[in-house]
Amino acid sequence: MKSPSLRNAYGEALVALGRKDDRVMALEADLGKSTQSVMFQTEFPDRYFQMGIAEQDMMSTAAGMALAGMIPFVHTFAIFATGRAYDQLRNSVCVPNLPVRICGSSAGLSDFGDGKTHQSVEDVALMRAIPNLTVICPADAIETTKMMEHMLDWPGPVYIRINRNDLPFVTPENEPYAIGKVSLLRQGRDVAIFAAGVMVSKALEAATTLEADGISARVINVSTIKPLDRDAVIRYAAGVNAIVTAEEHTLIGGLGSAVVEALRGVAHAPVEFVGVTDRFGTSAERYDILMERYGLTAEAIAAAAKTILRKNDK
Amino acid sequence: MAKPDEIRRIQRIACDLRANVIKMIGVGKVGHIGGSCSLAEIAAALYFSKMRIDPNDMKNKDRDRFLLSKGHTVPIQYAALIEMGVIPREHSSGLKTLEGNLQGHPDMKTPGMEAVTGSLGQGLSIGVGMALALRYKKSPARVYVAMGDGEIAEGQIWEAAMAAARYKLDSLTGIVDRNGFQATGATRDIFEIPNLVEKWRAFGWNALHVDGHDVAAVLNALDEAEATKGVPTVIVADTVKGKGVSFAENTSAFHNASLTQAQYDQALSEIAEAKRILQ
Repeated sequence: MKSPSLRNAYGEALVALGRKDDRVMALEADLGKSTQSVMFQTEFPDRYFQMGIAEQDMMSTAAGMALAGMIPFVHTFAIFATGRAYDQLRNSVCVPNLPVRICGSSAGLSDFGDGKTHQSVEDVALMRAIPNLTVICPADAIETTKMMEHMLDWPGPVYIRINRNDLPFVTPENEPYAIGKVSLLRQGRDVAIFAAGVMVSKALEAATTLEADGISARVINVSTIKPLDRDAVIRYAAGVNAIVTAEEHTLIGGLGSAVVEALRGVAHAPVEFVGVTDRFGTSAERYDILMERYGLTAEAIAAAAKTILRKNDK
Repeated sequence: MAKPDEIRRIQRIACDLRANVIKMIGVGKVGHIGGSCSLAEIAAALYFSKMRIDPNDMKNKDRDRFLLSKGHTVPIQYAALIEMGVIPREHSSGLKTLEGNLQGHPDMKTPGMEAVTGSLGQGLSIGVGMALALRYKKSPARVYVAMGDGEIAEGQIWEAAMAAARYKLDSLTGIVDRNGFQATGATRDIFEIPNLVEKWRAFGWNALHVDGHDVAAVLNALDEAEATKGVPTVIVADTVKGKGVSFAENTSAFHNASLTQAQYDQALSEIAEAKRILQ
């Protein structure tokens, strides 16, 4: 059995890419253990660059490497990659559309102990707004491994949003993966749940509890948030009586917004969002209790679906 | 040491670059005149003497790279690329126009441009990344990054300075165009950075101090930078903002300004006279 750790899967996949292609380089800002890029350091010390705690410099340095023909992978916590180094990411990397891969680790609330300064509930909104940038968010270690296999050839920059913790396996091992696609994980007639990252497993749990109440829910894993597969979102949103989105992110500008943007101009069922209301994170002793406090649970997803269905009945 | 003929040739090209800048900005259109003119000798020395680049093969993987971190003065870089034939001369009328080919800051779509710069403070880091990658590929290419003396208030410059020293990037040369003025006034009044040469040395760089309009001194410093091993070199170049255009010299008034027809004519005639004296 494979490890359920996304960062281990990421680190191993990065090493595999490094073996396959010597254009792969890794940059690090003193968080190598949190991102597991340390695995790459061990095998390819001459393609690994410790840049110190200087994320802005690291981001532009990666741009320079890409301009010289390399495929650099930048590693730091999601909030620093997208917040502190935003302007460098935007101007040095995304304007010239360079093949830089930005690994934002400890995304969402997954760095539960460190609290609001190190958690990122707004990174997807920031990254989605930058032209040229692809935004992906794996739901489990299996998907993380598959995503990484596309990192040599995918054109332009990519932001990879990685959870710090072990996540349940939810994606089928032998199904092909493609950037830019959404995937149906569970069939259902009454409700469509669009989820990303850690919330995919919670959506599947919610579908099981809804089924016990006689409600049939389909679950769609949106692991590419941008470019969003609009046709598929419209297709999977059709024919149901309720649509729920679930994300470990602020409700402003993330997956929920992206799904509703995709549904613009077409008739669709009412939509409810599950995510972080307009506030920062906080410290907690465990990930699960923090997720509960912020309403990021299977129960919340099921309740959102039922609320819409009840309203429809009236 | 640079030869007298070579020095004279570069001095004359610097005049041509200034004239290109003035023609590009033209009459009644706002452009970065001051910081373009202060860099003319340095740009001429790099593009027409020091750098190993072939105008017909600007994508050669081993070409030397020039990054204009102070990207707002991109007219001087366009001027050099036009003079080399990399950018067609007729494109110069398209500066900062919707349908033109010359963006207000360096853009990869323009031939000969190496990076997107101009959000200040990022060029040196990009240069560090290029130099690291080129060294890994065992390329002999050198990387030159021009910075402004106002720009280096950006903390990222000093992050990159530390990284370049830590990685012993002797293929990287920084140039600080110390023209003493920035957008809204004299640098000493806005945000003075004292002991600049000593600061770079403290950050682990070989630091040279030259008159940035003295072509011989600039060429010699560039040669010394290349000969210096194990550390990056910075050339702190004292220059005159608006150099060569008398009414634009030593003022922030022509940092980003337009010219009247009379000013335009005067600027071109002063530059032509300066070139004539060099015959």
